[in-house]
Amino acid sequence: MSTTLSDDLTRLSAVQMADRLADGAITSEQLTQAHLDRIVRLNPTLNAYLLVDPEGALATAREVDRARAAGEDLPRLAGVPVAVKDIACTEGMTTTAGSRMLADFVPPYDATIVTRIRDARMPILGKTNMDEFAMGSSTEHSAFGPTRNPWDLDRIPGGSGGGSSAAVAAYLAPLAVGSDTGGSIRQPAAVTGTVGTKPTYGAVSRYGVIALASSLDQIGPCARTVADAALLHEVLAGHDPMDSTSIDAPVPDVVGASGTTDLTGLRVGVVREISGEGFQAGVQARFDEALDQLRALGAEIVEVSCPHFGYAMAAYYLILPSEASSNLARYDAMRYGLRETPEGSPSAEQVMAASRDAGFGDEVKRRIILGTYALSSGYYDAYYGQAQKVRTLIARDFEAAFEQADVLVSPTSPTTAFALGDKTEDPMAMYLNDIATIPANLAGVPGMSIPSGTADEDSLPAGLQILAPAMQDQRLYAVGAALEARLRETQGGYVIEQAPEIEVRA
Amino acid sequence: MSTQTAAGAEKTVPFEEAMSRYEPVIGLEVHVELGTRTKMFCGCATGFGADPNTQTCPVCLGLPGALPVVNATAVESAIRIGLALNCEIADWCRFARKNYFYPDMPKNFQTSQYDEPIAFEGYLDVEVPPREGLDEEPFVFRVEIERAHMEEDTGKSTHVGGATGRIHGASHSLVDYNRAGIPLIEIVTKPLTGAGERAPEVAKAYVGALRDLLRALDVSDVKMEQGSLRCDANVSLMPTGSERFGTRTETKNVNSLRSVERAVRYEMTRHAAVLDAGATILQETRHWHEDTGITTSGRPKSDADDYRYFPEPDLVPVAPSREDVERLRATLPENPAQRRRRLQEEWGYTDLEMRDVVNAGAAEVIEETVAAGASAAAARKWWMGELARRAKTAGEGGASVELLDLGVSPAHVAELDGLVTSGRLNDSMARQTLEGVLAGEGTPTEVADARGLELVQDDGALQAAVDEVIAANPDVVEKIRGGKVQAVGALIGQVMKTMRGQADAGKARQLILDTLGVEG
Ligand SMILES: [Zn+2]
Repeated sequence: MSTTLSDDLTRLSAVQMADRLADGAITSEQLTQAHLDRIVRLNPTLNAYLLVDPEGALATAREVDRARAAGEDLPRLAGVPVAVKDIACTEGMTTTAGSRMLADFVPPYDATIVTRIRDARMPILGKTNMDEFAMGSSTEHSAFGPTRNPWDLDRIPGGSGGGSSAAVAAYLAPLAVGSDTGGSIRQPAAVTGTVGTKPTYGAVSRYGVIALASSLDQIGPCARTVADAALLHEVLAGHDPMDSTSIDAPVPDVVGASGTTDLTGLRVGVVREISGEGFQAGVQARFDEALDQLRALGAEIVEVSCPHFGYAMAAYYLILPSEASSNLARYDAMRYGLRETPEGSPSAEQVMAASRDAGFGDEVKRRIILGTYALSSGYYDAYYGQAQKVRTLIARDFEAAFEQADVLVSPTSPTTAFALGDKTEDPMAMYLNDIATIPANLAGVPGMSIPSGTADEDSLPAGLQILAPAMQDQRLYAVGAALEARLRETQGGYVIEQAPEIEVRA
Repeated sequence: MSTQTAAGAEKTVPFEEAMSRYEPVIGLEVHVELGTRTKMFCGCATGFGADPNTQTCPVCLGLPGALPVVNATAVESAIRIGLALNCEIADWCRFARKNYFYPDMPKNFQTSQYDEPIAFEGYLDVEVPPREGLDEEPFVFRVEIERAHMEEDTGKSTHVGGATGRIHGASHSLVDYNRAGIPLIEIVTKPLTGAGERAPEVAKAYVGALRDLLRALDVSDVKMEQGSLRCDANVSLMPTGSERFGTRTETKNVNSLRSVERAVRYEMTRHAAVLDAGATILQETRHWHEDTGITTSGRPKSDADDYRYFPEPDLVPVAPSREDVERLRATLPENPAQRRRRLQEEWGYTDLEMRDVVNAGAAEVIEETVAAGASAAAARKWWMGELARRAKTAGEGGASVELLDLGVSPAHVAELDGLVTSGRLNDSMARQTLEGVLAGEGTPTEVADARGLELVQDDGALQAAVDEVIAANPDVVEKIRGGKVQAVGALIGQVMKTMRGQADAGKARQLILDTLGVEG
């Protein structure tokens, strides 16, 4: 195993990168180039990036270096490169949402989070792979091929944000942006040994982020450490007048919280309904050990019950497809996107039908049909209406649980990374990956996944999920940081450091 | 089934005959484009007539990722409309998505309101004027309003290559998204019964009254010909005495007040023919043809049309506080019909005079003229007389213009009236002065000064002229002394001539009679 100097640069945490940039030890150009070099070498194997933008990234990097040389006051992450999930619109840069439908779509505008990243002067390395329109838990539903898990190239990197998680886990980026509708940031983090946060609904602007399910979607950071995630969280979050559902309140001090080392007096709730049965032994074992470490940090562990969580999956798979069926109606080949023109002189309607047939993959079609059905008159009350009621009950479950506990914890995902192709033929098995993560989206509360270790049976990483009440995102970072530090001590390093070297495949 | 003629007209029965057997039920859906500066959910401009697709952005083009933000002014306008229609205002309501595919709708759903309209359960009392040639009183019909809700307009499709401008037969279509996202208020009446044979007139009177109301609220330019006020008319018939509504048709594209009346009347006579033949009315949309005065079949419509409505998750609920609603209520203008009655009383006009004034659109200018100090009679005389005549032909190529576009202001007319009542000008001089004002020579006083128009106030000069004329016309003097006082007119004319028009004719008359010792 031989590492070059630039490989060493990519191994730094974002905090370390920011510090070294600030004290002039390295330049952003060096740092950005180091990542670009690694991407060139490894991305053909991993397929984490759908698009790489060396010119744009290096231009930003050089600007930052110039500004720093001129003594300008710069944001904390200025010059630290970042990857953006291909669900966020980037002006002049192809944005596909992992779909054939948008294979050639070049947005004329930046999503608000992209503007914030540019304002933070972070070089954007490129756009990361994802399940088509964020529908999936394995990134196998991308129209541009699956992303491979850096821990085991024959396994999935999670989904829908497998590109972002794999990029961060494989040191192809120190930080990445993800989106989480039912677990698409947290589950990929869990199966790649990385950290991912779904902030409180409304904490981060959705403007310019291609919608899957408007009432569930939330944007958040992917990183290798809790402190790194906090820095990106701070860049992304904040009120946006362009998003009516955006929270108009100060961003919680997540960066400050990520320095927490002591949890004395903190009540940590274990949700009876999302642990134990159905969870892989190694995942459950690391979770149970983590509870011991939380106790050692001074926290009190209490068991709480959320009786309606059992209905979360059913409600989620009615609400999500309903909203998605409407959100995806705009892809009709009339103004942009793939256009398929049938023989003869077809009507606009025939062009729409042919284009949607050719542009959407099976999973997208499956969910559009589900949603169209659930919203149909005569079925609306029984499906969409009932699902909304369940949603209210789940929110109440959370409220009751947060009376007894300051945060809740669970395993993030029932299993470690499964093999590519394992579940593509069984949608229900695929959906079950998100059983622990979905309730947070339904209730709008924030959640984070941090690595809890590796499972004994397969040596693959397992994740621990932390949930907090709405607008208390800083609690995730406090608990996450303290536990991360403790596990690092007891396990002899970060979990991600156990990842094997990636072997380049032709 | 009724037979179709070559022209597309279907069989009808004479109106009176139809009314002898059936009762109409009508319902009116009016779409009003609000005159807000920006669109319903984005910051794009709303001006009419801009180059196609120049007033668009990611939001109103439905680009991936774009999100709506509600236009607060549009919500206020909606609330004011609701209040003016005596509606309840929701204290909490949501937008909903109406899902259907159409190329002029960028998101393939329209952001609208469904079961939670901003305003509901109101009414508008409309005055239906007497019928032509009938000596009858106008009557007031209460139109019950079911709801008024907010939504966004669609883009505008132009179908090219076909014969009729319709999509059928067209080779391609052009879409202009400037109109997409313009704020609309849809105002829906309850099914209106009891109007009987006056139903077509009620329909027209309602749309007219609504238009006046919206204009008074200053929320829309309510131009039916430009589509900023659009009316769909639902019509059904039921046998006289029945209470079960018949199947309805919805006639679209009714773009003038006159058409509203004609379209409803036509559909009533067509329905009667279908029902007479024992056939059933097809529930469908119909297209109104202004030129031929008929409707033709559009697309079938049924209550089962499934728009898969659900609450718009990208928007937060609209929840106006009671204080906001009361603040908006305080901004409501006087109801146009009430205002008309009040003004008529204040001005002392007859019903006929008032109706002429309203029909000529002169009520506002007269009100302003009176406010500027003129008498109501004088204001009516000038605006409805000389100025109305000129307005008819003052436009380009002899077209008509609005009264206020003539270049004479209410203040000018009041000033002119002041010059007459103060005795400086007589009627003929006032007309000459007005001529000068119209020609842009200045204010009435400036024109009168410049043209040297002023009654001679010197009684000595007038007496001299009177004496001269009396001496020169012994025969006329004879007649007057003999009791034919009206002959004095001939002498007045000569006095005015002698005075070169610069005399007060009334004063001259009095002086002649006094000189002759005759009682006027
Ligand atoms: Zn716009």
